[in-house]
Amino acid sequence: MKAKDKRLSDLKATIAEVTPKDASALQEQGAVLIDVREPDEVAQGSPAGAHRIVRGFLELRVEDAVPDPSKTVLVMCAGGVRSLFAAEGLKLLGYKDVRSVAGGFNRWKQDGLPVEVPRTLSDRDRERYSRHILMPEVGEKGQLKLLDSRVLLIGAGGLGSPAALYLGAAGVGKLGIVDMDVVDRSNLQRQILHTDERTGTSKVASARTTLSALNPSIEIVGIEARLDSSNVDSILPGWDVVVDGSDNFATRYLVNDACVKHEIPNVHGSIYRFEGQVSVFWPAYPARRGPCYRCLYPEPPPPELAPSCAEAGVLGVLPGVVGTLEAVETIKILLGIGDPLVGRLLHYDALRERFTELTLAPDPACRYCAPGAKFPGYVDYERFCSAPA
Amino acid sequence: MNHATIRIPTPLRVFTKGQDEVKVRAATVGEALANLGEQCPGILERVLDKDGKLRPFVNVYVGSADVRSMKGLATAVDAGAVLSIVPAVAGGRR
Repeated sequence: MKAKDKRLSDLKATIAEVTPKDASALQEQGAVLIDVREPDEVAQGSPAGAHRIVRGFLELRVEDAVPDPSKTVLVMCAGGVRSLFAAEGLKLLGYKDVRSVAGGFNRWKQDGLPVEVPRTLSDRDRERYSRHILMPEVGEKGQLKLLDSRVLLIGAGGLGSPAALYLGAAGVGKLGIVDMDVVDRSNLQRQILHTDERTGTSKVASARTTLSALNPSIEIVGIEARLDSSNVDSILPGWDVVVDGSDNFATRYLVNDACVKHEIPNVHGSIYRFEGQVSVFWPAYPARRGPCYRCLYPEPPPPELAPSCAEAGVLGVLPGVVGTLEAVETIKILLGIGDPLVGRLLHYDALRERFTELTLAPDPACRYCAPGAKFPGYVDYERFCSAPA
Repeated sequence: MNHATIRIPTPLRVFTKGQDEVKVRAATVGEALANLGEQCPGILERVLDKDGKLRPFVNVYVGSADVRSMKGLATAVDAGAVLSIVPAVAGGRR
Protein backbone atom coordinates (compact mmCIF):
# COMPACT_ATOMS: atom_id res chain seq x y z
CA MET A 1 0.00 0.00 0.00
CA LYS A 2 1.33 3.41 -0.99
CA ALA A 3 1.86 5.97 1.77
CA LYS A 4 -0.69 8.24 0.09
CA ASP A 5 -3.36 5.53 0.18
CA LYS A 6 -2.64 4.78 3.82
CA ARG A 7 -3.07 8.47 4.69
CA LEU A 8 -6.32 8.62 2.74
CA SER A 9 -7.80 5.62 4.44
CA ASP A 10 -6.84 7.16 7.82
CA LEU A 11 -8.52 10.41 6.81
CA LYS A 12 -11.66 8.62 5.63
CA ALA A 13 -11.85 7.05 9.05
CA THR A 14 -11.71 10.38 10.85
CA ILE A 15 -13.33 12.98 8.54
CA ALA A 16 -17.10 12.94 8.13
CA GLU A 17 -18.32 12.90 4.51
CA VAL A 18 -21.58 14.17 3.02
CA THR A 19 -23.14 13.70 -0.37
CA PRO A 20 -23.47 16.82 -2.56
CA LYS A 21 -27.26 16.72 -2.11
CA ASP A 22 -26.93 16.72 1.69
CA ALA A 23 -24.25 19.42 1.45
CA SER A 24 -26.58 21.62 -0.57
CA ALA A 25 -29.36 21.11 1.99
CA LEU A 26 -26.99 21.92 4.87
CA GLN A 27 -25.82 25.02 3.00
CA GLU A 28 -29.41 26.21 2.86
CA GLN A 29 -29.63 25.74 6.62
CA GLY A 30 -26.61 28.01 7.16
CA ALA A 31 -23.59 25.75 6.75
CA VAL A 32 -20.62 27.23 4.92
CA LEU A 33 -19.43 25.58 1.73
CA ILE A 34 -15.80 26.14 0.76
CA ASP A 35 -14.55 25.26 -2.72
CA VAL A 36 -10.80 24.65 -2.34
CA ARG A 37 -9.99 23.98 -6.01
CA GLU A 38 -7.48 25.95 -8.07
CA PRO A 39 -8.54 29.22 -9.76
CA ASP A 40 -8.55 27.67 -13.26
CA GLU A 41 -10.94 24.96 -12.07
CA VAL A 42 -13.20 27.43 -10.24
CA ALA A 43 -13.32 29.64 -13.34
CA GLN A 44 -15.29 26.86 -15.12
CA GLY A 45 -17.98 26.91 -12.44
CA SER A 46 -18.43 26.48 -8.71
CA PRO A 47 -21.35 25.76 -6.37
CA ALA A 48 -23.63 28.77 -6.02
CA GLY A 49 -22.94 30.71 -2.84
CA ALA A 50 -19.70 28.88 -2.05
CA HIS A 51 -16.61 30.57 -0.68
CA ARG A 52 -13.62 29.98 -2.93
CA ILE A 53 -10.35 29.62 -1.08
CA VAL A 54 -7.58 27.76 -2.84
CA ARG A 55 -6.20 24.81 -0.82
CA GLY A 56 -2.75 26.37 -0.46
CA PHE A 57 -4.11 29.45 1.36
CA LEU A 58 -7.00 27.77 3.15
CA GLU A 59 -5.67 27.91 6.71
CA LEU A 60 -4.41 31.48 6.20
CA ARG A 61 -7.66 32.91 4.86
CA VAL A 62 -10.50 30.78 6.21
CA GLU A 63 -11.04 32.86 9.33
CA ASP A 64 -11.91 35.91 7.24
CA ALA A 65 -14.64 33.89 5.54
CA VAL A 66 -15.74 31.84 8.57
CA PRO A 67 -14.92 33.63 11.83
CA ASP A 68 -17.08 31.30 13.94
CA PRO A 69 -15.33 27.93 14.58
CA SER A 70 -18.59 26.30 15.70
CA LYS A 71 -20.19 26.70 12.25
CA THR A 72 -20.65 23.65 10.08
CA VAL A 73 -18.06 23.81 7.29
CA LEU A 74 -18.38 21.74 4.12
CA VAL A 75 -15.21 21.36 2.10
CA MET A 76 -15.28 20.57 -1.59
CA CYS A 77 -12.71 19.80 -4.28
CA ALA A 78 -13.17 18.19 -7.70
CA GLY A 79 -13.52 14.56 -6.66
CA GLY A 80 -13.54 14.46 -2.87
CA VAL A 81 -9.89 13.63 -2.19
CA ARG A 82 -8.13 16.97 -1.74
CA SER A 83 -11.08 18.07 0.38
CA LEU A 84 -10.24 15.34 2.90
CA PHE A 85 -6.80 16.87 3.44
CA ALA A 86 -8.30 20.36 3.55
CA ALA A 87 -10.92 19.28 6.09
CA GLU A 88 -8.22 17.88 8.33
CA GLY A 89 -6.41 21.23 8.18
CA LEU A 90 -9.56 23.04 9.29
CA LYS A 91 -10.11 20.62 12.18
CA LEU A 92 -6.54 21.31 13.33
CA LEU A 93 -7.35 25.03 13.25
CA GLY A 94 -10.19 24.39 15.70
CA TYR A 95 -13.27 24.12 13.46
CA LYS A 96 -15.56 21.71 15.29
CA ASP A 97 -17.83 20.39 12.55
CA VAL A 98 -15.99 19.92 9.27
CA ARG A 99 -17.22 17.60 6.53
CA SER A 100 -15.84 16.65 3.15
CA VAL A 101 -18.17 16.56 0.15
CA ALA A 102 -17.91 13.04 -1.30
CA GLY A 103 -17.49 13.01 -5.08
CA GLY A 104 -16.72 16.73 -5.05
CA PHE A 105 -17.79 19.22 -7.67
CA ASN A 106 -18.03 16.57 -10.39
CA ARG A 107 -20.83 14.80 -8.56
CA TRP A 108 -22.37 18.12 -7.50
CA LYS A 109 -22.77 18.93 -11.21
CA GLN A 110 -24.01 15.43 -12.13
CA ASP A 111 -26.66 15.78 -9.43
CA GLY A 112 -27.89 18.98 -11.06
CA LEU A 113 -27.19 21.16 -8.02
CA PRO A 114 -26.89 24.95 -8.50
CA VAL A 115 -23.69 26.14 -10.15
CA GLU A 116 -22.44 29.63 -10.89
CA VAL A 117 -19.49 30.85 -12.94
CA PRO A 118 -17.79 33.32 -10.61
CA ARG A 119 -16.40 36.48 -12.10
CA THR A 120 -12.67 36.35 -11.65
CA LEU A 121 -9.68 38.51 -12.44
CA SER A 122 -7.56 37.77 -15.47
CA ASP A 123 -4.07 36.42 -14.79
CA ARG A 124 -2.64 39.78 -15.75
CA ASP A 125 -4.89 41.66 -13.32
CA ARG A 126 -4.24 39.11 -10.59
CA GLU A 127 -0.56 39.89 -10.98
CA ARG A 128 -1.02 43.65 -11.24
CA TYR A 129 -3.21 43.90 -8.14
CA SER A 130 -1.63 41.07 -6.14
CA ARG A 131 -0.70 43.35 -3.20
CA HIS A 132 -4.34 44.39 -2.93
CA ILE A 133 -5.67 40.87 -3.30
CA LEU A 134 -3.42 39.62 -0.50
CA MET A 135 -5.22 41.86 1.97
CA PRO A 136 -8.48 40.44 3.31
CA GLU A 137 -10.00 43.97 3.35
CA VAL A 138 -9.70 44.07 -0.45
CA GLY A 139 -9.26 40.55 -1.82
CA GLU A 140 -10.34 39.53 -5.29
CA LYS A 141 -13.89 40.65 -4.56
CA GLY A 142 -12.76 44.14 -3.54
CA GLN A 143 -10.50 44.44 -6.54
CA LEU A 144 -13.38 43.53 -8.85
CA LYS A 145 -15.40 46.23 -7.09
CA LEU A 146 -12.67 48.81 -7.79
CA LEU A 147 -12.57 47.73 -11.44
CA ASP A 148 -16.33 48.33 -11.62
CA SER A 149 -16.08 51.77 -9.97
CA ARG A 150 -16.42 55.21 -11.52
CA VAL A 151 -14.65 58.22 -9.99
CA LEU A 152 -14.87 61.79 -11.27
CA LEU A 153 -11.92 64.08 -10.64
CA ILE A 154 -12.58 67.81 -10.66
CA GLY A 155 -9.29 69.20 -11.94
CA ALA A 156 -6.15 67.53 -13.25
CA GLY A 157 -3.86 69.82 -11.30
CA GLY A 158 -2.03 69.74 -7.99
CA LEU A 159 -4.58 67.63 -6.10
CA GLY A 160 -5.98 65.78 -9.10
CA SER A 161 -2.55 64.57 -10.22
CA PRO A 162 -1.64 62.35 -7.26
CA ALA A 163 -5.28 61.34 -6.78
CA ALA A 164 -5.62 60.24 -10.42
CA LEU A 165 -2.28 58.42 -10.42
CA TYR A 166 -3.11 56.37 -7.32
CA LEU A 167 -6.72 55.71 -8.31
CA GLY A 168 -5.59 54.65 -11.77
CA ALA A 169 -2.87 52.45 -10.33
CA ALA A 170 -5.38 50.93 -7.91
CA GLY A 171 -7.53 49.85 -10.85
CA VAL A 172 -10.51 52.15 -10.47
CA GLY A 173 -12.10 51.10 -13.75
CA LYS A 174 -13.40 54.42 -14.98
CA LEU A 175 -11.80 57.78 -14.22
CA GLY A 176 -13.46 60.99 -15.37
CA ILE A 177 -11.38 64.16 -15.47
CA VAL A 178 -12.93 67.62 -15.73
CA ASP A 179 -10.48 70.34 -16.72
CA MET A 180 -10.31 72.81 -19.54
CA ASP A 181 -6.81 74.20 -19.04
CA VAL A 182 -3.59 73.61 -20.90
CA VAL A 183 -0.35 72.58 -19.23
CA ASP A 184 1.79 75.53 -18.19
CA ARG A 185 5.44 75.20 -17.21
CA SER A 186 4.64 76.72 -13.79
CA ASN A 187 2.29 73.75 -13.13
CA LEU A 188 5.06 71.17 -13.27
CA GLN A 189 6.47 71.92 -9.80
CA ARG A 190 3.49 69.94 -8.40
CA GLN A 191 1.19 68.62 -11.15
CA ILE A 192 2.92 65.30 -11.63
CA LEU A 193 0.51 63.98 -14.28
CA HIS A 194 2.08 66.33 -16.81
CA THR A 195 5.49 66.67 -18.43
CA ASP A 196 7.67 69.44 -19.76
CA GLU A 197 7.19 68.42 -23.36
CA ARG A 198 3.40 68.66 -22.99
CA THR A 199 3.36 72.33 -22.02
CA GLY A 200 0.78 74.12 -24.11
CA THR A 201 -1.33 71.00 -24.64
CA SER A 202 -4.61 70.05 -22.98
CA LYS A 203 -4.38 68.85 -19.38
CA VAL A 204 -7.08 66.25 -19.99
CA ALA A 205 -5.12 64.83 -22.95
CA SER A 206 -1.89 64.90 -20.96
CA ALA A 207 -3.57 63.14 -18.02
CA ARG A 208 -4.93 60.48 -20.37
CA THR A 209 -1.45 59.82 -21.80
CA THR A 210 0.11 59.42 -18.34
CA LEU A 211 -2.67 57.31 -16.86
CA SER A 212 -2.97 55.01 -19.88
CA ALA A 213 0.77 54.37 -19.74
CA LEU A 214 0.50 53.51 -16.04
CA ASN A 215 -2.56 51.27 -16.37
CA PRO A 216 -3.76 50.57 -19.92
CA SER A 217 -6.81 48.62 -18.78
CA ILE A 218 -8.68 51.53 -17.18
CA GLU A 219 -11.07 53.81 -19.02
CA ILE A 220 -10.36 57.55 -18.98
CA VAL A 221 -13.22 59.93 -19.71
CA GLY A 222 -11.94 63.41 -20.53
CA ILE A 223 -14.35 66.30 -20.01
CA GLU A 224 -12.90 69.54 -21.32
CA ALA A 225 -15.35 71.92 -19.73
CA ARG A 226 -15.61 74.49 -17.00
CA LEU A 227 -18.27 73.46 -14.50
CA ASP A 228 -21.19 75.87 -14.24
CA SER A 229 -24.84 75.73 -13.30
CA SER A 230 -25.84 74.81 -16.86
CA ASN A 231 -23.65 71.71 -17.24
CA VAL A 232 -23.14 70.39 -13.69
CA ASP A 233 -26.29 68.24 -13.77
CA SER A 234 -25.19 66.55 -16.97
CA ILE A 235 -21.61 65.93 -15.80
CA LEU A 236 -21.88 64.75 -12.16
CA PRO A 237 -24.66 62.12 -12.02
CA GLY A 238 -23.59 58.51 -12.51
CA TRP A 239 -20.25 58.70 -10.72
CA ASP A 240 -19.70 56.75 -7.51
CA VAL A 241 -17.40 59.34 -5.91
CA VAL A 242 -16.36 62.88 -6.84
CA VAL A 243 -12.86 64.05 -5.92
CA ASP A 244 -12.74 67.82 -5.60
CA GLY A 245 -9.36 69.23 -6.56
CA SER A 246 -10.62 72.55 -7.87
CA ASP A 247 -8.91 75.89 -7.42
CA ASN A 248 -11.81 78.30 -6.94
CA PHE A 249 -14.86 78.76 -4.76
CA ALA A 250 -17.31 78.94 -7.66
CA THR A 251 -16.48 75.35 -8.64
CA ARG A 252 -16.31 74.09 -5.06
CA TYR A 253 -19.84 75.28 -4.28
CA LEU A 254 -21.21 73.84 -7.52
CA VAL A 255 -19.54 70.50 -6.79
CA ASN A 256 -20.89 70.50 -3.24
CA ASP A 257 -24.42 71.41 -4.25
CA ALA A 258 -24.53 68.83 -7.06
CA CYS A 259 -23.09 66.11 -4.81
CA VAL A 260 -25.75 66.86 -2.18
CA LYS A 261 -28.48 66.81 -4.83
CA HIS A 262 -27.31 63.54 -6.38
CA GLU A 263 -26.19 61.96 -3.07
CA ILE A 264 -22.62 61.44 -4.25
CA PRO A 265 -19.78 61.41 -1.72
CA ASN A 266 -17.63 64.52 -2.23
CA VAL A 267 -14.00 63.96 -1.27
CA HIS A 268 -12.67 67.40 -0.49
CA GLY A 269 -9.09 68.62 -0.49
CA SER A 270 -7.78 72.16 -0.45
CA ILE A 271 -4.34 73.66 -0.03
CA TYR A 272 -2.68 76.96 0.65
CA ARG A 273 1.07 77.42 0.87
CA PHE A 274 2.05 74.91 3.61
CA GLU A 275 -1.45 74.05 4.87
CA GLY A 276 -4.00 71.54 3.68
CA GLN A 277 -7.54 70.44 4.54
CA VAL A 278 -9.16 67.08 3.76
CA SER A 279 -12.70 65.91 4.47
CA VAL A 280 -15.54 63.88 3.01
CA PHE A 281 -18.80 65.76 2.53
CA TRP A 282 -21.50 63.12 2.28
CA PRO A 283 -24.79 63.86 4.04
CA ALA A 284 -26.23 60.60 2.65
CA TYR A 285 -23.51 58.44 4.26
CA PRO A 286 -25.52 55.56 5.73
CA ALA A 287 -23.48 55.07 8.92
CA ARG A 288 -23.81 58.60 10.31
CA ARG A 289 -25.12 61.98 9.26
CA GLY A 290 -22.28 64.21 8.14
CA PRO A 291 -22.27 67.83 6.97
CA CYS A 292 -21.95 69.24 3.46
CA TYR A 293 -19.50 72.00 2.55
CA ARG A 294 -22.22 74.61 3.03
CA CYS A 295 -22.86 73.44 6.62
CA LEU A 296 -19.25 74.39 7.22
CA TYR A 297 -19.08 77.52 5.11
CA PRO A 298 -22.57 78.64 4.00
CA GLU A 299 -21.19 81.21 1.55
CA PRO A 300 -17.82 81.83 -0.13
CA PRO A 301 -15.83 84.90 0.89
CA PRO A 302 -16.26 87.99 -1.26
CA PRO A 303 -13.24 88.70 -3.48
CA GLU A 304 -11.95 91.49 -1.23
CA LEU A 305 -11.74 89.13 1.77
CA ALA A 306 -10.34 86.10 -0.04
CA PRO A 307 -6.58 85.68 -0.06
CA SER A 308 -5.24 87.70 -2.95
CA CYS A 309 -3.70 85.93 -5.91
CA ALA A 310 -0.36 87.55 -5.21
CA GLU A 311 -0.33 86.04 -1.71
CA ALA A 312 -1.03 82.56 -3.00
CA GLY A 313 1.54 79.94 -3.89
CA VAL A 314 2.01 76.43 -2.61
CA LEU A 315 4.75 74.04 -1.64
CA GLY A 316 4.89 71.64 -4.60
CA VAL A 317 4.66 68.48 -2.53
CA LEU A 318 1.75 69.72 -0.38
CA PRO A 319 -0.94 68.74 -2.92
CA GLY A 320 0.89 65.40 -3.08
CA VAL A 321 0.06 64.81 0.59
CA VAL A 322 -3.49 66.14 0.39
CA GLY A 323 -4.40 64.61 -3.01
CA THR A 324 -3.06 61.24 -1.85
CA LEU A 325 -5.24 61.42 1.26
CA GLU A 326 -8.18 62.12 -1.05
CA ALA A 327 -7.30 58.96 -2.99
CA VAL A 328 -7.20 56.96 0.26
CA GLU A 329 -10.65 58.20 1.26
CA THR A 330 -12.00 57.46 -2.22
CA ILE A 331 -10.78 53.87 -2.22
CA LYS A 332 -12.16 53.29 1.30
CA ILE A 333 -15.56 54.58 0.20
CA LEU A 334 -15.55 52.43 -2.96
CA LEU A 335 -14.66 49.31 -0.96
CA GLY A 336 -16.89 50.18 2.00
CA ILE A 337 -14.07 49.69 4.50
CA GLY A 338 -12.76 51.69 7.44
CA ASP A 339 -14.08 55.00 8.69
CA PRO A 340 -14.25 57.84 6.16
CA LEU A 341 -13.62 61.50 7.06
CA VAL A 342 -17.37 62.16 7.22
CA GLY A 343 -17.98 64.78 9.90
CA ARG A 344 -14.25 65.25 10.38
CA LEU A 345 -11.81 67.73 8.89
CA LEU A 346 -8.19 66.71 8.77
CA HIS A 347 -5.96 69.76 8.86
CA TYR A 348 -2.33 69.41 7.80
CA ASP A 349 0.42 71.85 8.70
CA ALA A 350 3.52 70.96 6.70
CA LEU A 351 5.86 73.38 8.50
CA ARG A 352 5.12 71.89 11.90
CA GLU A 353 4.49 68.47 10.34
CA ARG A 354 1.29 68.19 12.31
CA PHE A 355 -2.13 66.71 11.55
CA THR A 356 -5.09 68.04 13.55
CA GLU A 357 -8.56 66.53 13.44
CA LEU A 358 -11.52 68.89 13.82
CA THR A 359 -15.10 67.74 14.37
CA LEU A 360 -17.71 68.95 11.88
CA ALA A 361 -21.39 68.90 12.66
CA PRO A 362 -24.17 69.12 10.06
CA ASP A 363 -26.08 72.40 10.19
CA PRO A 364 -29.70 71.47 10.99
CA ALA A 365 -30.77 74.58 9.08
CA CYS A 366 -28.56 74.00 6.02
CA ARG A 367 -30.46 75.16 2.93
CA TYR A 368 -28.94 72.37 0.86
CA CYS A 369 -28.63 69.24 2.97
CA ALA A 370 -31.02 69.62 5.93
CA PRO A 371 -33.59 66.80 5.99
CA GLY A 372 -36.57 67.79 3.89
CA ALA A 373 -34.81 70.80 2.35
CA LYS A 374 -36.02 71.55 -1.16
CA PHE A 375 -33.01 71.92 -3.46
CA PRO A 376 -32.61 75.71 -3.78
CA GLY A 377 -30.81 75.60 -7.14
CA TYR A 378 -27.24 76.23 -8.23
CA VAL A 379 -25.38 79.50 -7.83
CA ASP A 380 -22.76 80.76 -10.27
CA TYR A 381 -20.44 82.66 -7.99
CA GLU A 382 -18.02 85.18 -9.40
CA ARG A 383 -14.71 83.59 -10.34
CA PHE A 384 -11.79 85.27 -8.75
CA CYS A 385 -8.27 84.35 -7.87
CA SER A 386 -8.12 81.71 -10.54
CA ALA A 387 -5.21 83.25 -12.39
CA PRO A 388 -2.15 81.00 -12.24
CA ALA A 389 -0.52 81.38 -8.84
CA MET B 1 -8.95 84.89 32.55
CA ASN B 2 -7.14 81.86 31.20
CA HIS B 3 -4.06 81.59 29.06
CA ALA B 4 -4.87 80.06 25.69
CA THR B 5 -3.33 79.72 22.24
CA ILE B 6 -4.91 80.68 18.94
CA ARG B 7 -3.66 78.95 15.80
CA ILE B 8 -3.56 81.37 12.90
CA PRO B 9 -4.24 80.15 9.34
CA THR B 10 -1.70 81.11 6.69
CA PRO B 11 -3.85 83.77 4.94
CA LEU B 12 -4.16 85.72 8.24
CA ARG B 13 -0.51 85.61 9.16
CA VAL B 14 0.02 88.94 7.42
CA PHE B 15 -1.54 90.39 10.59
CA THR B 16 0.57 88.39 13.05
CA LYS B 17 4.04 89.18 11.68
CA GLY B 18 4.08 85.67 10.24
CA GLN B 19 3.46 83.94 13.59
CA ASP B 20 1.35 80.77 13.32
CA GLU B 21 0.23 80.98 16.96
CA VAL B 22 -0.73 83.88 19.22
CA LYS B 23 -1.05 83.63 23.03
CA VAL B 24 -4.14 85.26 24.52
CA ARG B 25 -5.83 85.65 27.93
CA ALA B 26 -9.57 85.10 27.90
CA ALA B 27 -12.49 83.37 29.55
CA THR B 28 -14.56 83.02 26.36
CA VAL B 29 -13.97 82.65 22.63
CA GLY B 30 -15.24 86.21 22.10
CA GLU B 31 -12.70 87.55 24.59
CA ALA B 32 -9.95 85.48 23.05
CA LEU B 33 -10.68 86.98 19.63
CA ALA B 34 -10.89 90.51 21.08
CA ASN B 35 -7.50 90.00 22.73
CA LEU B 36 -6.14 88.71 19.42
CA GLY B 37 -7.49 91.84 17.70
CA GLU B 38 -5.71 94.09 20.22
CA GLN B 39 -2.40 92.34 19.58
CA CYS B 40 -2.81 92.09 15.82
CA PRO B 41 -4.64 95.09 14.38
CA GLY B 42 -6.69 94.36 11.26
CA ILE B 43 -7.12 90.62 11.82
CA LEU B 44 -10.63 90.68 13.32
CA GLU B 45 -12.17 92.26 10.22
CA ARG B 46 -11.36 89.04 8.41
CA VAL B 47 -12.94 86.85 11.11
CA LEU B 48 -15.96 88.84 12.33
CA ASP B 49 -18.54 90.87 10.45
CA LYS B 50 -19.69 94.42 11.31
CA ASP B 51 -22.06 93.06 13.96
CA GLY B 52 -19.28 91.11 15.62
CA LYS B 53 -20.55 87.73 14.38
CA LEU B 54 -18.36 85.02 12.86
CA ARG B 55 -18.19 85.42 9.10
CA PRO B 56 -19.82 82.58 7.10
CA PHE B 57 -16.53 81.50 5.54
CA VAL B 58 -14.57 81.29 8.80
CA ASN B 59 -14.89 78.74 11.60
CA VAL B 60 -13.38 78.79 15.07
CA TYR B 61 -12.67 75.61 17.00
CA VAL B 62 -11.86 75.10 20.67
CA GLY B 63 -9.80 71.94 20.70
CA SER B 64 -11.51 69.86 18.02
CA ALA B 65 -15.02 71.27 18.53
CA ASP B 66 -16.66 73.93 16.35
CA VAL B 67 -17.85 76.82 18.56
CA ARG B 68 -21.07 76.99 16.51
CA SER B 69 -21.98 73.56 17.89
CA MET B 70 -21.40 74.96 21.42
CA LYS B 71 -22.21 78.47 22.63
CA GLY B 72 -20.65 80.42 19.78
CA LEU B 73 -18.49 83.33 20.91
CA ALA B 74 -19.72 82.76 24.50
CA THR B 75 -18.09 79.32 24.58
CA ALA B 76 -15.79 79.01 27.59
CA VAL B 77 -12.02 78.90 27.12
CA ASP B 78 -10.22 76.74 29.66
CA ALA B 79 -6.63 77.29 30.76
CA GLY B 80 -4.26 75.93 28.12
CA ALA B 81 -6.99 75.66 25.50
CA VAL B 82 -6.00 75.65 21.84
CA LEU B 83 -8.26 77.60 19.50
CA SER B 84 -8.03 77.25 15.71
CA ILE B 85 -9.27 79.71 13.12
CA VAL B 86 -10.03 77.76 9.94
CA PRO B 87 -11.16 79.70 6.86
CA ALA B 88 -12.54 78.28 3.63
CA VAL B 89 -9.65 77.68 1.24
CA ALA B 90 -10.23 77.36 -2.47
CA GLY B 91 -6.82 76.32 -3.73
CA GLY B 92 -5.95 73.06 -5.31
CA ARG B 93 -5.82 72.86 -9.04
CA ARG B 94 -3.35 75.56 -9.92
